[in-house]
Amino acid sequence: MELGLSLSVVLFVLGLVGVLVRRNLIMMLMSLEVMLNATGLAFIVAGSRWGQADGQIMFLLILTLAAAEVGVGLGLALQIFHRFHTLDADSMNEMKG
Amino acid sequence: MALILFYITSAVAIFATVMMITRLNAVHGLLYLILSLLSVGVLFFLLGAYFAAVLEVIIYAGAIMVLFVFVIMMLNQGKKTIAQERMWLQPGIWIGPSLLALILFVEMLVVIAFGGNAETGHVVTAKQVGIALYGPYLLAVELASMLLLAGLVGAYHLGKPMLSTSKNGRKS
Amino acid sequence: MNAIELLGWVPLIPFLGFLVLVLFGRQLSKPLVSWVGVGSVGLSGLLAALIGTEFLKGTMQPYHLVLGDWIAIDNLIVPFGMYLDALSLTMLFIVTGVGFLIHIYSAGFMDSDLGYTRFFAYMNLFVAAMLVLVLADNLVLLYLGWEGVGLGSYLLIGFWYEDPNNGYAARKAFVMTRIGDTAMALGLFLLFTQLHTFDIQFLMFRVTSQWTPGTLLPVAAAALLLGGAVGKSAQLPLQSWLPDAMAGPTPVSALIHAATMVTAGVYLIARTHALFMMAPSVQFAVAVLGAVTLLMASCSAIVQTDIKRILAYSTISQIGYMFLALGVGAWSSAIFHLLTHAFFKALLFLAAGAVIFCFHHEHNIFKMGGLRKAMPLAFWSFMIGSAALSALPFTSGFYSKHDILLATFEVSPVLWAAGCLGALLTAIYSFRLVFVVFFGKNCPVVEKGLGWQMSLPLILLSVLALFGGMLTIPLDSVFPVLFGNAHTFNLVSFITVTAPFIGLLLAVLFYLTGTFSAQGLANSQGLKRIHRFFVSGWGMDALYDTLVLHPFKVLTELNKNDAVDCLYTSIAFISRKGHLMISASQTGQIRWYASSMVLGTVVVIAIGWLS
Repeated sequence: MELGLSLSVVLFVLGLVGVLVRRNLIMMLMSLEVMLNATGLAFIVAGSRWGQADGQIMFLLILTLAAAEVGVGLGLALQIFHRFHTLDADSMNEMKG
Repeated sequence: MALILFYITSAVAIFATVMMITRLNAVHGLLYLILSLLSVGVLFFLLGAYFAAVLEVIIYAGAIMVLFVFVIMMLNQGKKTIAQERMWLQPGIWIGPSLLALILFVEMLVVIAFGGNAETGHVVTAKQVGIALYGPYLLAVELASMLLLAGLVGAYHLGKPMLSTSKNGRKS
Repeated sequence: MNAIELLGWVPLIPFLGFLVLVLFGRQLSKPLVSWVGVGSVGLSGLLAALIGTEFLKGTMQPYHLVLGDWIAIDNLIVPFGMYLDALSLTMLFIVTGVGFLIHIYSAGFMDSDLGYTRFFAYMNLFVAAMLVLVLADNLVLLYLGWEGVGLGSYLLIGFWYEDPNNGYAARKAFVMTRIGDTAMALGLFLLFTQLHTFDIQFLMFRVTSQWTPGTLLPVAAAALLLGGAVGKSAQLPLQSWLPDAMAGPTPVSALIHAATMVTAGVYLIARTHALFMMAPSVQFAVAVLGAVTLLMASCSAIVQTDIKRILAYSTISQIGYMFLALGVGAWSSAIFHLLTHAFFKALLFLAAGAVIFCFHHEHNIFKMGGLRKAMPLAFWSFMIGSAALSALPFTSGFYSKHDILLATFEVSPVLWAAGCLGALLTAIYSFRLVFVVFFGKNCPVVEKGLGWQMSLPLILLSVLALFGGMLTIPLDSVFPVLFGNAHTFNLVSFITVTAPFIGLLLAVLFYLTGTFSAQGLANSQGLKRIHRFFVSGWGMDALYDTLVLHPFKVLTELNKNDAVDCLYTSIAFISRKGHLMISASQTGQIRWYASSMVLGTVVVIAIGWLS
């Protein structure tokens, strides 16, 4: 089971790197999806280890969350593109100071 | 036997993720992401979580990724975007976050290593999941549906093409 | 009802007068202001007279009246208490009686002044504070009155505040007396911590029973109280504020700086005489201080040209006599001299005020001359006052000064010689003043006449100056009698009586007949320096300038940027800098925030893992 958890950690960290490095909004969102997926993996591994359904139920909820988040997030990305005509995350820093 | 399969699938997942985060073209990255998700689905199957595996493929790789595809197509990035991305992704940029992430990774590994000892996984059937959903986790299901409703409304509102403020400051 | 029980009203009435004038003065008409201002002191005086007659007719037992507690903490109890015995009764008469006459005079003198209401408000405040001072039964209440008269003095010296010099003189007076007040406060603290009471009678009892004479504690306490007395009474070394205090209106100089406030120091020492008797070295120091001061002041008075400054130095000199008497143990004589001095010095000041008033506020005596025909009342007032001041026979001043000098001889012939020399000089300067102003060539015609308000007090005070020597309030109930009433006719008393006459002769020769020329003497090579030295009051101002004022100014110059303030501004500075630094971390970029979150997570997990 440590292997499973380690894999989950690896995927999570990779997703994290993706969020921190990429400037394109869409790529950031996709890296976020990877992170969510990795946590779901961790839950499944745990549920499998203890033989309970709770792990999969948690994964279901995470899935729901991801779906809703993607819907809203992509809508926001569209709006930003309309407004600023760019998908550069760094150029949206008017909340500075 | 199961262990070898586990290793191969993990390797594919990791490889796909790495490729995804380094692609310049968004669509290419997306394809690699789908591959990563599918391999994780296989992992779920290997762990005996059949329901979760199917859910992963249908909903995550199926619906959510398709959504991504549509949006990317709509945004119509083109060649100039690729050049932009190349400019943004200098090697120097990778070092900081990679280092940070590496430290995090090591920490978590250490935490896992000092935990309990390993046992093999058990199969948890869809029937068990279903009974749990309609039993103790009923409320959670309801809440999840409300969340989806909120997401639906939000996406609809944000997806409208002209969400601009007119001269009088009224939002349409 | 017993009049003595109304004792509490005596200081209260002038204080109420002060309050009325401060709160409603603007709405009151001028005659009404006069009635309130003068009437309050008059009423107080009437009450004092009633109380006095009843006290003297009775057994003369000291009367103690407690009006309530001011401070009551643990074993520190300071009541609003009043103590009436022969000494405080004498002071009461002086303050209310002479004060009342001076108030009447002021109604005439200050008539055309715009600050009429303010003047009477301040005068009433002063009289109230002085009465609290003399009637207080404990040292803290006395200190309250002490500070109150200091405040009144400051306000009244700087009365004509538009001229900054007046403000400077007021400040100088206040600061110098403050130095004395600090010493006195220290003395109070010492007495309380050692003897656990402030009540004067208890204190004196415990001083005599618990302390041994001549040891450190009584000497220290007496010396500190002496410091306070020296400041208030303008003796060496704190005397240079009094000549400058003449910047105030003349009635103020008469009341505060002749009759009442400057005698507060004498009163203090007389009240605490038991303590001073416990410290013979300090008591002798009092006498020496008195003698030196009286000589210094007399020398300075001889060469002054401002009429009021002459009288100011004269006051310093006469108080020196009182200190001399206190120092040798002639307590009753000192208080008697205080009484007579109040009469003739107030008379002199008021007469000087009359001259100034009619001369459009001219002060230089050499610009006046031959006034005896034009202002007969002022002339005779000056003659009588100067005679009393010089202690010519059969004036009130004669009896008091004679007693003092005879008593001094029994203790120290050297001090007696100083006293006689002082009497000689006193005659010189007082008659110099009279001859220069009232005799000699005529000068511009006097236009204004004196009203009844200014004439009546002059007449009354002249009578008192002449016959006041017959007023004997028996002070034996208060003070130990150390000297017999020796009016023996021997060489000592002969010299004492004739010394003023020699002075008078010299004044006649120099200033009346012009046989010798004072101007010639002053301009001669050797004496020119001495002349300047005397005029400047023996250089005390310059001395204090170099010793105290100059270093102080240097220090303030050094601290121009205010080191202590820098501490507080640095707090604001650091806050601002910190704010700038923190706001720089808010870049507005998502990836920056995300990385900081990751960093935080790393740190937290590390801490959790390490502990």
